[in-house]
Amino acid sequence: MLTFTLRRLLLAIPTLLFISLIIFLILDLAPSDPTASLPLTIPPEVRAEIRASLGLDEPMVVRFALWLQQFFINEPLNLLEQWTGLSFGDGDRTRVISWQTRSPVVDIIAQRMPQTLWVVGTSYVVGILIAVPIGVISAYRQYSWFDQIGTFVSMLGFSVPTFFTGVLFIVIFSVQLGWFPSVYDTTHVVTDWASFVVQLKQIIMPVMVLGLYNASQISRFMRASMLDNLNQDYVRTARAKGMTERVVVLIHVLRNSMIPVVTVIALGVPQVFGGAIITEQVFKVNGLGQLLIVAIQSGDIPTVQTLTFIFAVLIVLFNLIADVLYGVLDPRIRYD
Amino acid sequence: MKLRHLMLGAAAAFALSPAAALAERGSDGQLNIIYWQAPSTLNPYLSGGTKEVEAASLVLEPLAGFDNNGELVPRLVDEIPTVENGGVSEDLTSITWVLSEGITWSDGSPVTANDAVFTWQYCTDPEGGCAQASYFDGVESVEAVDDRTIRINFTAPKPFPYTALVGAESPLIQAAQFADCLGAAAPECTEANFGPIGTGPFVVTEFRPNDVITYAANENYRVPDQPAFATVVFKGGGDAASAARAVLETGEFDYAWNLQIDPTILAEMEANGIGEVVTAFGTSVERLHLNQTNPDPALGDMRSTLEGGEHPFLTDPAVGQAMSMAIDRALLVEIGYGAGGQATCNVLPAPELYASTANDDCLTQDLEGAAQVLEDAGWVDEDGDGVRERDGIRLSVLYQTSTNAVRQDTQALVKQWWEEIGIEVELRNIDASVFFGGDPSSPDTFQKFYADIEMYTNNFAGVDPEAYMANWRCNEIPGPDTQWQGSNIQRFCDPAYDALVDEMAQTAALEERGRLAQEMNDMLVQSYSIIPLIHRGGVSAHAVTLEGVRMSDWDSELWNIAEWSRAE
Amino acid sequence: MTDLANVNEQQGYRAPRNQWWDVWDQFKTHKGALFGLGFFVFMLLFVYVGPYLWPIDATYIDIRARNQGASWAHPMGADQLGRDTLARMMAGGRTSIAVGLTAMALSLLLGTFVGVIAGYFKKLDGPLMRLTDLFLALPLLPLLLVIIMLFRDTLRSTFGPENGIFILIVFVIGITSWMQAARIVRGDVLALKEREFVLAAKSIGTPSHRMITRHVLPNVMSPIMVSATLGIANAIITESALSFLGLGFPSDYPTWGRLLFDGTEWLQRNPERVIWPGLAISLTVLSVNYIGDGLRDALDPRIRGR
Repeated sequence: MLTFTLRRLLLAIPTLLFISLIIFLILDLAPSDPTASLPLTIPPEVRAEIRASLGLDEPMVVRFALWLQQFFINEPLNLLEQWTGLSFGDGDRTRVISWQTRSPVVDIIAQRMPQTLWVVGTSYVVGILIAVPIGVISAYRQYSWFDQIGTFVSMLGFSVPTFFTGVLFIVIFSVQLGWFPSVYDTTHVVTDWASFVVQLKQIIMPVMVLGLYNASQISRFMRASMLDNLNQDYVRTARAKGMTERVVVLIHVLRNSMIPVVTVIALGVPQVFGGAIITEQVFKVNGLGQLLIVAIQSGDIPTVQTLTFIFAVLIVLFNLIADVLYGVLDPRIRYD
Repeated sequence: MKLRHLMLGAAAAFALSPAAALAERGSDGQLNIIYWQAPSTLNPYLSGGTKEVEAASLVLEPLAGFDNNGELVPRLVDEIPTVENGGVSEDLTSITWVLSEGITWSDGSPVTANDAVFTWQYCTDPEGGCAQASYFDGVESVEAVDDRTIRINFTAPKPFPYTALVGAESPLIQAAQFADCLGAAAPECTEANFGPIGTGPFVVTEFRPNDVITYAANENYRVPDQPAFATVVFKGGGDAASAARAVLETGEFDYAWNLQIDPTILAEMEANGIGEVVTAFGTSVERLHLNQTNPDPALGDMRSTLEGGEHPFLTDPAVGQAMSMAIDRALLVEIGYGAGGQATCNVLPAPELYASTANDDCLTQDLEGAAQVLEDAGWVDEDGDGVRERDGIRLSVLYQTSTNAVRQDTQALVKQWWEEIGIEVELRNIDASVFFGGDPSSPDTFQKFYADIEMYTNNFAGVDPEAYMANWRCNEIPGPDTQWQGSNIQRFCDPAYDALVDEMAQTAALEERGRLAQEMNDMLVQSYSIIPLIHRGGVSAHAVTLEGVRMSDWDSELWNIAEWSRAE
Repeated sequence: MTDLANVNEQQGYRAPRNQWWDVWDQFKTHKGALFGLGFFVFMLLFVYVGPYLWPIDATYIDIRARNQGASWAHPMGADQLGRDTLARMMAGGRTSIAVGLTAMALSLLLGTFVGVIAGYFKKLDGPLMRLTDLFLALPLLPLLLVIIMLFRDTLRSTFGPENGIFILIVFVIGITSWMQAARIVRGDVLALKEREFVLAAKSIGTPSHRMITRHVLPNVMSPIMVSATLGIANAIITESALSFLGLGFPSDYPTWGRLLFDGTEWLQRNPERVIWPGLAISLTVLSVNYIGDGLRDALDPRIRGR
């Protein structure tokens, strides 16, 4: 398993380089433009100059090479310098600069990370914690009232989009009841209990909205997979051996049912870092999702490229983790 | 300590400015502003977007700005230079500004004429990609006559010299702070771009790009009892409806910008009584452009170019006239714009001096009349499919615009009216970043105009329409040879019109300029290559407890934020 | 299915009973599935036959009726331009159900194909999964802009404006949403491949294609079914997002997702504008879910025997 993991990690490097090239090609081909959001009163000559100052008049290959150099050499070196206090070379390195803000993309990403992890991360954990037990109970007591309600709620949760549930929550809890703020304060810092309560209040609505959506999806896969396994012969054998129901269900069946669930969860983790575009928009969380969508809308190629690349790294990594976990869950699966 | 500070402040305010003794600097706590599009930088020269310009206007100031009536108001100077007071030279080739005595930057250092010279150099550096470069068009040089006197020389007589360093788009920046940021180095000065030192009522305490800005009152602001607010939080993100909700329904914010949402919903939110909606009109006009060239895909690269030939039917003024007559502009306003729109028949609706009244017949819808115009011009429905034709050409149009809820409603209404008079309509909406992005490889930009009709809003900055009216010269027609750059979107070409443009550039007398502009406007509108629909204003909302808002569309909306205060 | 059954019945008891007949028997005992099927048929009738009974045009603007609540003239109310919501629900459902089903089918076909092949053939596993990683990593919006820029005009001239856009949307949703199904199916196949019955089948020389269709596919049906239900909801919502961005159907062309999106602003004033499309989407997805449940049970010989 170790050699497999190492081999995959090595293989990931060319894969990621290739992915980054494809992403760059797509972004380059896409018909968006960094000056599109400027008022029409700004004349075309000025727009052409702005584009030139962004380096857009260079050929595509040059721009891609520049990005590679900035992202893979300059940024890590800068980080090293910051951490160690040593200096490498003359220190005059161009960083990946966003076209909208004209500031280093990596700094903005670091600035956005906390709110995204708070909101999207919490909601994902909440989603999983709700979904797994619901899926298990629903399958164990198939067609009971618990299962029926669970099915109904999860179908509702998955098919009603977050742009609607978010607004509904705001109307009920912010406008009518006045319990929670409708605008997320990204500058809020948690220092003590009181500020933690404030933080809880401002994340509770986005977390509920996203958590419901995530839980719906995961619980469906959990339930289906449990159902498949509950009728297997080994379950009958285990029961016949006189094992308690608890052990049969929670140890044997659950473990064997985890493969699709692990896949779904692993696929979802990169999205935690990708942010939740719509939910962030509705609650004005301004995390990574908002950063990405604003960058796409304003044709900010360096930001989109950097963000999607980080996203790609996480996807490759978590799919690898899922593959390793398959082997742990079911030792018969071998890759070597 | 707070009390002492309060009393000291009150005493100072009383001593210095008895007229405004009610307020004092920093006494009204925090002001919360929400812009649903978040500013990405605070340097207006690096980003020309409205949101950046307005966020920066709390900090950076021009020599003079415009008030809510479009009148020039001095900011860093004592009086506006004119020919009469000798500030503008007789031959109109230079203007001389004199800074007020004792103006300082927020760091305490004095503002000098060198800062103005530096600002000009900063924005005109060929490698800087300055977004506001057009404000310095025609400027030959900016010189510091002495510490307080700035002379701007023009290459040619400039009848309207109030562009460079006037208005929120071209404010003064501090030479000391930006000295190392000229040209290609401009984007590397992140700290300066995110926290410019200015002369305005507030200073930046924290800037988070595309998210939130916090400001504090400028201790060195020139008016001693202003601003009334100690801090400002300028939050970005979300959408127009949620911004409106935050001011009008939950009361979390005091001011929200650009609330282009359904007027019925806005009115209902306003009825809660915690906030009110304010509007201001500038020169924005929502209009239809009727392609005068042929957009037929079969033409390949010649689509929508002069070489591709005339449009099969939109060059017939009768068709354009019928289309215009069939539209009920008042209803479009009522449904999509509410207080933020007025029906108009002119591409140049304001200022008053330039606004024509010759076309006002279009304000009333006349479907029968429109059908009759088509009938008389020989467009009849021969095969009974509900669509008129003449010589085998069917009146069938592709009508495109950018993606925006109000525009899509307008499209649906207009489509219905046109279909009633026998014109077939297909609708298309294109993402704004593509539509307004000038990417020459995309078929969907508004300049390429691969459609019969398109709709969007345009306006001009400031109060002088000369450059705007020059948009419709023949040589402004976009085409492949100019990378599709060019502002004559509908491809209108008339030598008589070009002659008027040239005449205006030579004319200094205001009355005469007004007459010329009106004549050009009428010529355009009566060619029916352009159909003006709605004179659009800005729509914002503020809490009822917020006093002093004088909404303007001629300058930054927040132009007088120093005077805002909290009602008891 | 029923035709086949009839044929069997006429032949009396001589012919062995067709297994689909057993499946149908089992399906019938599943109350939820029957109810789901009934509702789904009702929805199909509503959107396809409904317009004949309720002949108002979905794009007709009756300005006097705007923002009206429910009335006899407009049983589900009217929108901000006075377009009839009932007519729009019918027209919108036609598009949404068609897009939902075909896009889901396309993405499942692709996903299952890739997943089974990758899981079953060890050599193809690496390349196919790296391809999946690539597709997962692609930024959706710019990709859509590119696809639409490249293909819209061609499709529009070949298939006409509406069919062209339909094909484009189905294609776009299909190729951007197959990855999850592929990963899940592959995971299951990897585990399945090591099970005794597969080894047994292999040892008697069953060729790969038969292995896959007879032994592997039937055993990964349940995650596929779940993906199918979730896929329909996903396709309906994605379509509305695309149309909203101007990348999908023209703005006056209603779909359920679009109606729900447009209605969200009116949540407080005209709640029926969100309730109807919201219910329609959820209940349709729910009914498909129950049909899927029933089918899964019916297809599982272990359950069928009980």
